[in-house]
Amino acid sequence: MSFDLSKWYNKHTEEKTLFSYLGEVTEETISNILDKIEVLLSEEGEDTKLFKRVYYISVETLQNLFHHSDLPVSQNNGSVIEKNVVFILSEKISNRYHITTGNFIKRSNIRVLKERIDQLNFLSKDEVRILYKLILNNEEFSEKGGGGLGMIDLVKRTGNNLSYNFYNFDEEYIFFSLRIAI
Amino acid sequence: MESIKIERTRKTPDVVFNAETGKIQIEGKSIPENSIEFYKPLVDWLDEYSNNPVENTEVNIKLEYFNTSSSKCILDVFKKLENIYKEDNNVIINWYYEEDDEDMLEAGEDYQSILKIPFKMIEMEE
Repeated sequence: MSFDLSKWYNKHTEEKTLFSYLGEVTEETISNILDKIEVLLSEEGEDTKLFKRVYYISVETLQNLFHHSDLPVSQNNGSVIEKNVVFILSEKISNRYHITTGNFIKRSNIRVLKERIDQLNFLSKDEVRILYKLILNNEEFSEKGGGGLGMIDLVKRTGNNLSYNFYNFDEEYIFFSLRIAI
Repeated sequence: MESIKIERTRKTPDVVFNAETGKIQIEGKSIPENSIEFYKPLVDWLDEYSNNPVENTEVNIKLEYFNTSSSKCILDVFKKLENIYKEDNNVIINWYYEEDDEDMLEAGEDYQSILKIPFKMIEMEE
């Protein structure tokens, strides 16, 4: 049976969430989500350090979705292009927030992505910082403007590993979910 | 040479690049999806300014947030300033960070370790 995005979203918003979004990601929706998160964190009375970190990780993960999502044609959904992505910010539990994102990517990207995350999860805090500076100072810039720093910065800022899953969608695409504790 | 003055938006900072006073300021959020588009005119301006800089160039960076694509562009700005400094001009970068914002302090330290230019970390009280 093919992957069902709505079901996956419903399942992952069963836990207490501060904010969740299922929909298309545009520059405008990113701005609106970030404004909303700022308000929610203020209402929570979150301290500067964690407030900024959660906001920052929200920026990076949302922009990752914007830059790196591929758009399959969904057979479940009457053969329309599946533009939807998922962004979920959990409530604070044991002094931590969690951000979960999900998006479709081409199967051909799995290997590079998996290798990159596994490598990051393997590195120590100091090694992550060294790698960050190395890539920051590297002249190359990817066409999408990220320069390969996004994932590294998530780990550098949070000091936590990235959890991920791949779900079969069709022959060409898979659904990629990423979760990080802040 | 014309100065640059850009008002902040939801995702881009206030920018003042003043060729007469040598004061350069970037303040606010820098989280645009396309950072290159925003920073290219600033890097080009510094290229021209480097031909005839004033005696003391003072750079004030007061960022609340910046995304990773901005981080590369900000480094490009700093590298232009580093070149001006290497030509025997006075250049100082003042990196402001909010009290308790360790991440912003660390980001400043990362730039400091990459660049050979006077860099001052300034903590702002909340």
